Formats: sequence, C-alpha cells, structure tokens
Amino acid sequence: MGSLSFAFPFAELEVGQHLYWEFGNFRLHGQVFMTSWIVIGALLALVVVGTRKMERDPRGVQNLLEFLWDYIRDLARTQIGEKAYRDWMPFIGTLFLFIFVSNWGGALVPWKLIHLPSGELGAPTADINTTVALALLVSLSYFYAGLSRKGLRYFEYYVHPTPIMLPFKIVEDFTKPLSLSFRLFGNILADELVVAVLVFLVPLVLPIPVMFLGLFTSAIQALIFATLAAYYIGEAVEEHH
Amino acid sequence: MTSLLLFGATEGGLFDFDATLPLMAVQVVLLTFILNALFFKPVGRVVEEREGYVLTSRAEAKKKLAEVEKLEEDLREQLKEARQASQKLINDAEQDSDKLYREALALANSEANASREEARREIDSQKESALNQLKADAEKLGDLIVERLLAAQ
Repeated sequence: MGSLSFAFPFAELEVGQHLYWEFGNFRLHGQVFMTSWIVIGALLALVVVGTRKMERDPRGVQNLLEFLWDYIRDLARTQIGEKAYRDWMPFIGTLFLFIFVSNWGGALVPWKLIHLPSGELGAPTADINTTVALALLVSLSYFYAGLSRKGLRYFEYYVHPTPIMLPFKIVEDFTKPLSLSFRLFGNILADELVVAVLVFLVPLVLPIPVMFLGLFTSAIQALIFATLAAYYIGEAVEEHH
Repeated sequence: MTSLLLFGATEGGLFDFDATLPLMAVQVVLLTFILNALFFKPVGRVVEEREGYVLTSRAEAKKKLAEVEKLEEDLREQLKEARQASQKLINDAEQDSDKLYREALALANSEANASREEARREIDSQKESALNQLKADAEKLGDLIVERLLAAQ
C-alpha cells in the first residue's frame, strides 16, 4: 500500500506516514510514543490525584477511581472466575484503561494543531505496532496463566473434550492475537480515516455525528479487547472435569 | 532494516513493524506494574475495607435488632403477666369488698331484727301488764260499785 497522502486546502489526509526516531539499528514510530506518553501521563495523573487522600466516604476523583476499579473487577471476575481474577485484574484493567484513554484521546484531542515533520499525532492504538504488542502480551499472559496454575496439565485444554479439537485449538493460538490486534487497529484507524475523509469533503457539521459514533466505537473496542483478554485468561485457568 | 515487508511497503505504510512493537509492550508491562502499585492495590484495599465495614456493621445491626426484638417480647410477656396480676388483684378486692358488704348488711339486718323483736316483746309485756292492771282496776271498780250499790240498799 505504501504511503498515501492527499493535500487539499481545508484538510490533509496522511496514511502510513511515520515520524521515525532512530536508535542505532532500531527505528521507532515517534508519533506513537509521544501520544502514548501523554496517555500514560494522563492516566498516572488521574490515579495519583485520586488516591492521594483516600477516605472511607469517597470524595471527588476517588469516586471515579472506585467506579473504574469496581467496573474492572466485575469484568475480570465474570470472565476469569472467582479463584484467579485477583492476579489478573491489574493487567486487564491496564489494558482497558490504556486502550480506552488512547482511543478517546485520539478522538477528542485536536492533534492536527501540532505539526510534525512527518506523519501526524493520533491514537496510539491506530498503529499496528501498538495493537500487536498488546495482543502478544495477552497471548503470553494466557499461556503464563494456564502454565503457572495447572503446570503441564494446561495442555489437556488442547484435547478437551476430544483430541479432534487439537488442530483447531492450535490454530486458535494464532488467530487470537491476530483478531485482537486487527480488530482494534482496524476500528480505530477506520474511525480516524472516516472522520478525516468527511472533514475534507464537508468541513462543517456533517462529521460531528460520525465523531460521536467514533467515541462510541472507541469505548466499545476498549471493552471488547479487555473482555476478550480476560476471557482467554479465564479459559486457560479453568479447571476441566 | 527491521520493518517487515508487508503489502509491498518498503518505507512507512500501515503495516510497518519495527522496534515500536517490543518497546510498546515493555511500556504497557511497566504501566501494569505502576498502575497496580498506584491504583489497583490502594483502591482495592479501600473498597474492600469498606465492604468489610458494611458487612460487619450490618451483622452487628442485625444482632442488635434481634436483641431488641427479644427484649420487646420479654417486656410484652412481663406486661401481660402484670396485667393479669392486677386484674386478679382487682377481682379479689371486689370480691372482698362484696363479702364485707354482705357481712355488714347481714349483721345490720340481724341487729335491726333483734332490736325490733325486743321492742315488740317489750311492747307486748307492757301491753300485757297494762291490760292486767286495767283488768285488776276494772275488777276493783266493779267490786266497789257492787259494794256501794249493796250498801245503798
């Protein structure tokens, strides 16, 4: 596909252009790291402000944090189960919060006002590297969860309920990260592209409903990613009888 | 050259994999540990402490409520007993006063009867003595009349 770039008087659409940072042999997508640091900074600021002075009667930001904690706990508990959810709640919660804040940051912050020499700022999750990194972390963690909880008995899962399932389960180990990463990447990139295309076709009013739809999609994608990650971990630690 | 050549992209492109991937993974793992220390642990502690507090408070309240209900039952029982006792006392007192009244009445009646009887007896005896007197007087007078008549002849 290569690099695409359209230049119009009102807006500019760039796809697949990156701001490269080079460290020795390694190349990094600078714009992804810049926005991801802003996202992480926002998250840490919220968390630090909210947990500075916690009381039994919650006030201010503590309410929001407790709501988020409760939401993430319910998500992890329903998918992973009562026994193992505590170990994995921070991971699931971090995935959810990072993806959610990334998506919404990408949709809400007017990044276009900041000009880069190459590429443009946007949601970190609109870059395939980020989503594949997250998806591979999920794969690693469900293997780790299964092996640490059940040892080699984890591999019984591949022949459960019958050995016929073996090839399907092996294929699943590859399709899980693939579908996780491409679903998130595709949704967020498509949302940004749709908004960008509409903005340069009709720069007024019309893109606004699509932007709201984008916010909705962004939230749903964060929830789907976290829920599926939790489900995979839950599947790995589940005891078969 | 670390970028994977996907979809014919030689430089840049949508599917441009490079060192961003592992570094982003490391970043997310670090974020997980930081958030665990700054967010999940402290907030979880506070929430679970509150849940425990609510649970124990509720259990305590339930215990107290049961106690109160038991006390109320006891008091009701006591009240019922007291009411029965007082009713019994009232009944006894009524019966006593009734008895006393009857006794007094009977005594008064009998006394009245006795005095009436005595009065009548006295009247009778006086009447009798008066009659006797009268009879005697009449006989004397008769005798006198007879004597005088006889004497006048």
